[in-house]
Amino acid sequence: MIVGERKPMEEIEAMIDPFEKIIVLGCRECVTVCSAGGEKEVGILSSALRLSRKQNGRSIDIKEFTLERQCDHEYIEQIRSMVPNYEAILSMACGAGVQFVAESYPEIPVLPAINTNFIGVTEEQGYWTERCQACGNCVLHLTGGICPISRCSKSLLNGPCGGSSNGKCEVNAEIVCGWQLIIERLKSLGQLERYEEYIPVKDWSTSRDGGPRKVVREDLRL
Amino acid sequence: MKSASRLEKVLEKGEFAVTSECGPPRGADAEVIRKKGELLKDVVDAVNVTDNQTSVVRMSSAASCFILKGMGLDPVLQMVTRDRNRIAIQSDILGAAAVGINNILCLSGDHQVFGDHPKAKNVYDMDSIQLIHSVKTMRDEGRFIEGEEIKGSPKLFIGAACNPFADPFEIRVPRLAKKVNAGVDFIQTQCIYNLEKFEEWMQGVRDRGLHEKVYILAGVTPMKSVGMAKYMKNMVPGMDVPDEIIERLKGVPKEQRAEEGIKICVETIQKLREIEGVSGVHIMAIEWEEKVPEIVKAAGLYPRPQV
Repeated sequence: MIVGERKPMEEIEAMIDPFEKIIVLGCRECVTVCSAGGEKEVGILSSALRLSRKQNGRSIDIKEFTLERQCDHEYIEQIRSMVPNYEAILSMACGAGVQFVAESYPEIPVLPAINTNFIGVTEEQGYWTERCQACGNCVLHLTGGICPISRCSKSLLNGPCGGSSNGKCEVNAEIVCGWQLIIERLKSLGQLERYEEYIPVKDWSTSRDGGPRKVVREDLRL
Repeated sequence: MKSASRLEKVLEKGEFAVTSECGPPRGADAEVIRKKGELLKDVVDAVNVTDNQTSVVRMSSAASCFILKGMGLDPVLQMVTRDRNRIAIQSDILGAAAVGINNILCLSGDHQVFGDHPKAKNVYDMDSIQLIHSVKTMRDEGRFIEGEEIKGSPKLFIGAACNPFADPFEIRVPRLAKKVNAGVDFIQTQCIYNLEKFEEWMQGVRDRGLHEKVYILAGVTPMKSVGMAKYMKNMVPGMDVPDEIIERLKGVPKEQRAEEGIKICVETIQKLREIEGVSGVHIMAIEWEEKVPEIVKAAGLYPRPQV
């Protein structure tokens, strides 16, 4: 899923400072799972914003609303009738959701309440880690199912570098060396000899480097 | 001969090679490079010029190499893949060869988090092994990475680093094999303090016959103080400093510790010379270049052979 976390309150307060009437818009997809921008977080953020405004002697009219998804037109349409009554939308979706809502409502500012962090997994309750950088050209079959692009701090395809120490990355001891993981995994698969296979320079054109990307499935188009 | 490199000639002749390192200044003063060049000239066979080491912005390696070349030294252009994509890398390689630089050292580079611009975006379009492969393709096949023909291929003697002390240890010999297969001509190792572990790695290197396919220059760095030794031990990733080194430095009065550090370094070089498959030594006297002549002479490696 896409993992995000809410921006600091001060940043959100500064963003909505000019407005008296806003919609705080949640999303029931990834940001609900990672407890950053679902219905519950919409309620918490809205209460905090009301309280803070009250303490500063100002009022704010907040409409709390959560969509099934903010990355699909049909759900975004559900708020069309309420939008004209507000001055801004504070979206708690990922960056894709914020932008897609903005594209549907060009007459109203749509502001991000979330920082979108990465594509990752829930390691434990309240602890998420990155697994994929969406490079568009998966190499997991070459590297024992562990991604060198996202798990190595330098995205080395023929790692590890000389900074790998006791299984940890040179960047800091909190980061596990991705190449240590790859080697351990190749070993447990009985494929350590694959370590010596040279992985050539990557074609990054399928990544962000090729410009904004799209997927078109003619078989699905109406 | 693959290049016009003096280092390559020395190694080809079967002489025990000596290289050293020159860290460029954090400014535009060419005099700093010239002074370091004067200290190292005729004392070593080639001088590496670091490429924004520890991710701290410094005068470019290529420009510094050019200054040293003008003084009659044989510089080794260190190039990290952290800051340049394949377009910039190949362009800099052509430029370096055009101004008479004969050696390149292919590195991935320290992560930018260590340096003075930790908020920078890194590049890592390629890694160090892909860089070796690319330089070799440019030199021997006269082709750019994506296959286009080069008019006037860069004749560079290709080097890389190896850290026998990094983890996981079991892939450290296979990793060297990977670099050899990619086309590396010479290796300069991480600073060696743990000779026992280095010998274990060299045994693995010899078992696979890799020492016959690549020249291995063993890295040494003299310790200036107990503080430096402790810092290297605890703070530098992939560095193996046994406690005996620290104890030995502690065992002499404070004002004699730098001298003791030099002594340890010279003794290490003498032991390294005896190891089969070690073709030379790479002396990295960090911001202490003035000590290199003393070390080279004390190790019995002066004068350098005429080639």
